[in-house]
Amino acid sequence: MEKIVNGKAFVLGNNIDTDQIIPAEHLVYSLSDPEESKMYGKYALSSVPMEKSGLPNGGIKYIAADKFETEFSIIIGGANFGCGSSREHAPFALQKAGTKVVVAESYARIFFRNAVDGGFVIPYESVEKLNDKIKTGDEIKIDLEKNVLENLTMNEEYKLKPLGDILPILEAGNLFEYARQTDMIA
Amino acid sequence: MKMTITEKILAKSAGKTFVEPGQNIWLNVDVLMTHDVCGPPTIEIWKREFGEAAKIWDKNKLVIFPDHYIFTKNPQANRNVSLLREFANEYGIENYYDVGTDRYKGVCHLALAEEGYNLPGTVLFGTDSHTCTSGAFGMFSTGVGNTDAAFILGTGKIWEKVPESMKFIFEGELPPYLMAKDLILRILGDITTDGATYRALEFDGEGVFSLPMTERMTLTNMAIEAGGMNGIIAADVITEAYVKERTDKEYEIFHSDADAKYHSIRKYKTPELEPVVAKPHSPDNVSTVRSVAGTKLTKCYIGSCTGGKLSDFQAAAKILFGNQVKTSTFIVPASTEVQRALDEETISGISLKDIFEKAGCIIAESSCAACLGGPMDTIGRAQDNEVVISTTNRNFPGRMGSRKSEVYLASPLTVAASAIKGVITDPREFL
Repeated sequence: MEKIVNGKAFVLGNNIDTDQIIPAEHLVYSLSDPEESKMYGKYALSSVPMEKSGLPNGGIKYIAADKFETEFSIIIGGANFGCGSSREHAPFALQKAGTKVVVAESYARIFFRNAVDGGFVIPYESVEKLNDKIKTGDEIKIDLEKNVLENLTMNEEYKLKPLGDILPILEAGNLFEYARQTDMIA
Repeated sequence: MKMTITEKILAKSAGKTFVEPGQNIWLNVDVLMTHDVCGPPTIEIWKREFGEAAKIWDKNKLVIFPDHYIFTKNPQANRNVSLLREFANEYGIENYYDVGTDRYKGVCHLALAEEGYNLPGTVLFGTDSHTCTSGAFGMFSTGVGNTDAAFILGTGKIWEKVPESMKFIFEGELPPYLMAKDLILRILGDITTDGATYRALEFDGEGVFSLPMTERMTLTNMAIEAGGMNGIIAADVITEAYVKERTDKEYEIFHSDADAKYHSIRKYKTPELEPVVAKPHSPDNVSTVRSVAGTKLTKCYIGSCTGGKLSDFQAAAKILFGNQVKTSTFIVPASTEVQRALDEETISGISLKDIFEKAGCIIAESSCAACLGGPMDTIGRAQDNEVVISTTNRNFPGRMGSRKSEVYLASPLTVAASAIKGVITDPREFL
C-alpha cells in the first residue's frame, strides 16, 4: 500500500448511492475481461445529477467524454457514501476509473466492506465535514501513516480517522491475501 | 444473559456463549444466496482465489436464483444467466432455479421464503442488499459483495461486526388503510437513510405480530434503506406455520432478553399513523399521502421484493376491483408462485388477474424488472421525465431507469388508489 496519495479532489454531496456510482443498466459487463471492464470506469459516477457533480459549482463530469479514466483520483464525499445496493461493481467502478481514496464523513456498511475486502479503494472517514471546505480540482495529498489530508491548493490540513481494524486487510491487498497471511486459508 | 435476538443468533453462529456490539466475530454461514448480477463475478473471484482445486464449502447451502435481468435481449445479461447455468451443471448445484424451466422462481428474497430456506435462528448471507428481508423469519440475514460471497463460497465463514440493535415497537393493530410499507417508510422518515448504519432493526409489538409473513417481510426488506445491517422479527406461530408448510428442516427460535441493551427504542401508536409516501429522490423524504395528493403521475408500478407479494396484490385488487386505471399501471408479481396465485385468489368470485386486466393494468412476468431500471428493454422502466408511484424500495436518482424521472414510494393501497385517479391519492378515498 502506498504511504502517500497525491491527486485532484472531486467533491460530492451526502448519500451518494450505488445507483449514482454505477447505474444498474451497466452491471452486465464482465468484471474480469480487460476490455469490457473498462466500461465500469467509463460510467463511474455517471448518475450523479449534473448540478451536484463536482461541487461546489457542479456541472463537472467525473469521467470526461470519450474517456475511461478520471483526472480526479481523490473523492471527497459527505455522509452515508455508498448507500443502496450491495453491488461490488460500485467500488470496482471507482477503482477502474482511477479513484485511489474516498474520504467521507460516513459510509454504508456494504460499500465499506466491499471497498476493503476487495481492495478497490481506501475508504477514509474524515473527522469533520470536508465537502464544504474542499473544491473540485484542489490538489490533495493524503498521508496514510499520519492519517492527514493536506489541501495543497488552499494550504489547509485536516485529520482523518485511523483505518483501524481494516488496515491489515488493505495492506495485504484484499480479504483473501489477508486470510492467507494469517493462515486462515491455504 | 442480556442479549438481543440478533446477538444470540450471531453468538450461536460464532460458537460463542456471549457476544456484544462492536465485537468482530467469524460466523459459520447456514445459507449463501446469489443471483445473475452478482453470481458470475462471485464465482470468478472464487476460482481466481482458490485456484483449480476450488471447492464449494457445502453445495447444499448454496442457493442460486436468476431474477434480475431475465426478460431482456441484452446479450451480456443473458450471458450472465448462461454462466450461472454452466456453473450449476459443472458443480451439481441442486438449489439452482433456472430461467425457462418450471423451476424458475423470480425474485430471490421471496423465493428464499417460499422454498423453505428461511429458518428461524439461522444465518443467511446473500449478494444483494435486500437479503435483510429474510430477517422476518427470526433469523440473521444480510447482504455482502462479491468478494465476501466468494470467501463464504470457499470457506463457509465470514467476519462481521456485531451490530447495536434499535427497537421499533408498533402498539396496536393496523387500520385497513395502512400497510407494512407505511410503517417502514415512517421509520425511514424519522431516522433517515443513515439512521441505522451498521445496526440491527428489531421490529416488535402487536402491529407487527398481527401481520402475515409477507407483510413482515416488507418491514425487514427496507432495513437496508436506513443503512441497517439486518432487520429482524422474532418467530411466532405465524412464522412456524409458514415454515412448516414449506420445509421439514430444523430451526431454533430466539427471543431478545427483557434486559437486553438497545441503541434506542421507538414506540409508535399504529392506529394514529397515516398512509405515507417517500418523495423523490430518497426513501427518507417522507410525507403523508395527503400532503402530496393531486401530484400528476405518468406511471404506477406494483412489484418487487418489497411490494410484489401476494398480500400486496390482494390489497391493490381490493381498490382496483371494478375500477379503471387512468395511468399506465404495471403489475409485476415477485415470484412465479405469486403469479400463479393471481389466477387462483379471488375477490367476490373474480380472480386478481381478471381484476387487474379489467382495470387496464399490464401484467408482467416475475422478476426484479424495473425496480432497479435494468437494461433498456426492461418492462415498466422509467423513461425521460416520468413521474412514477411505486411499491418498490428505492427512489434515488435513476434507480428505476431515467435519471430525469421522479419516483414516489408508497404502499400497494396508495399506488392502486393513485392509478385510478391518475394523481397521487390517499387510499382512504376508496376504503
